[in-house]
Amino acid sequence: MASSTRVTFPNKLLPYLLLAPQLAITIIFFYWPASQAIQQSVLREDPFGLATQFVGLGNFKRVLNDPNYLNSLQVTVVFSVATALIAMALALLLAVMADKVVRGKGIYRTLLIWPYAVAPAIAGMLWLFLFNPSMGTLAYLIRSTGYNWDPLLDSGQAMVLVVAAAAWKQISYNFLFFVAGLQSIPKSLIEAAAIDGAGENKRFWTIIFPLLAPTTFFLLVVNTVYAFFDTFGIIHAVTGGGPGKATETLVYKVYNDGFVNLILGDSAAQSVILMVIVIALTAIQFRYVERKVHYG
Amino acid sequence: MASVELTDVRKVYGSSVEAVKGVNIAIEDGALCVLVGPSGCGKSTLLRMIAGLESITGGTVRIDDRTVNDLGPAERDIAMVFQNYALYPHMKVYDNMAYGLRNRGMPKDQIDKRVREAAQTLELTHLLDRRPRELSGGQRQRVAMGRAIVRNPKVFLFDEPLSNLDAKLRGQMRVEIKNLQRQLGVTSVYVTHDQLEAMTLADILVVMNAGAVEQIGAPLDIYEKPASTFVASFIGAPPMNLVHVTSDGNGLILNDGTKIGATGLAVPGEGAVIGFRPEDLEVAADEKSHAGGLVLELGILGVEPVGAESYVYGIVGGERVVVRVAGRSASQTGDSLRVIIPREKLHLFGKDGKRLND
Repeated sequence: MASSTRVTFPNKLLPYLLLAPQLAITIIFFYWPASQAIQQSVLREDPFGLATQFVGLGNFKRVLNDPNYLNSLQVTVVFSVATALIAMALALLLAVMADKVVRGKGIYRTLLIWPYAVAPAIAGMLWLFLFNPSMGTLAYLIRSTGYNWDPLLDSGQAMVLVVAAAAWKQISYNFLFFVAGLQSIPKSLIEAAAIDGAGENKRFWTIIFPLLAPTTFFLLVVNTVYAFFDTFGIIHAVTGGGPGKATETLVYKVYNDGFVNLILGDSAAQSVILMVIVIALTAIQFRYVERKVHYG
Repeated sequence: MASVELTDVRKVYGSSVEAVKGVNIAIEDGALCVLVGPSGCGKSTLLRMIAGLESITGGTVRIDDRTVNDLGPAERDIAMVFQNYALYPHMKVYDNMAYGLRNRGMPKDQIDKRVREAAQTLELTHLLDRRPRELSGGQRQRVAMGRAIVRNPKVFLFDEPLSNLDAKLRGQMRVEIKNLQRQLGVTSVYVTHDQLEAMTLADILVVMNAGAVEQIGAPLDIYEKPASTFVASFIGAPPMNLVHVTSDGNGLILNDGTKIGATGLAVPGEGAVIGFRPEDLEVAADEKSHAGGLVLELGILGVEPVGAESYVYGIVGGERVVVRVAGRSASQTGDSLRVIIPREKLHLFGKDGKRLND
């Protein structure tokens, strides 16, 4: 089937020419930096950047034995799982509610999608201003209830704050996909289930949720990658990885060790490990989770 | 087993769009009632109101002598077969059929027994482990039926269940539905826009137009005595021929001014519509053998032989008519054809479309 509908170009060069812009972007912004990182990860540079020395897997060995790195790994796991779960659960809840709205459906949707247009650093600043213990408006309210809110000192609270900020930013995106997913479920299925005696809750968990599985799976992959990589700006703005190293995720540590502490070899080794982790995670998700997913 | 009674049922969307305008239908226990009409006539809305999927603006719906207006679909003890079957795509055929029973908390062994029985009846046993996407259209249709019958409901509701099937399968499934309904004796309401389906399935036929009931009755009664020009043109294929006439006291005048003799046919002053079925016309018969019959002279526009019979399309008084002739027709395009409408086969409608003769 596919081969019979395949487009054939009269000019042999044309297809490559059409692909060239995309290939160029991928090569310049992905393959080249990635190969640089891999190269850097097996080298050690002296503090003044005058000499480099090949050390094989030495950087990796050191990084993996560093308690700070293992702590960062743990922080990342907690942060990613919490961010992805919260962002997806709230988005699904909002999507289901927005789907029920009869009047002004479009307005609700538009308003709920807006946060996605906010840049991560700006989102981080918003949350910082709201929850900074000394000047935050909402922080003031929390403290006035008698609760000792201080994410600058309390590592648990700091984690809550970055997770909230990171999840808030991703909710819009997830919402958009869940709304589309809900719309693609035929109304008659819900009606049939209602006639079959399933209450609203039961209908959601036995019909709607399983049918949303492709969307949920896709979002799981996207959210994991988001939590691993794209939350750098938020963490940088809100906590700077602190207090201590309580919110220092892997990607934040790559930046910190490379650009702040200037330990280029370690930083490169970490980014290579990070790359491997994400590739592995995505592969696992596709291999095992996708099997349980129903594509209508 | 239950009767279904609709009393003055109305549906208004928003503040002014009246989709169903005061419908009264009484369906006896075990009968199959077919709602037929063109799209947008309110038949599906009416069915959905019986199912409880659509709120009722006015009037009452009674199932088994119990007013169900305020009950949810699950509490009405009905089962519905949807046009697109609405099978749960992520469940196997078995689970599709068992779903409604599980929701009602039936014990497992009993569910199993019922599902297997229904599967047997519908010849689905070998498909129980398949998912809906692995089934053909006819098989899906059967599963949808199976899902309805396992529940053993008081009423079956069918919403154009055959319109997604090809013509051959549709005919086959039509017979199966009829037999199954007879066998189970469950009161059913069946919505369709196909007049052939309506005629063959119905115990009671309800012809709807623009949100109101045009006529209720046994299919053949409706065929023989349509209450209005709408019903006349909707039931029967090809539909009844309708020709506008006026009277000058001693004869009828067609639209284009042609006079035709018609003795003893009382036509109101403002004019009327005469109707005659394509199959009721006598071609080239002796005029005297049909005293009082109406003689028409057709200009032939075309002939369609379909095998056992031929359809001769003609024009009379500027209006198109069809004549059904057994076997081959000797007529040619451009010829003229004399036909006689026997007096007892003539339908007379007023200008407003309502039937005048009985």
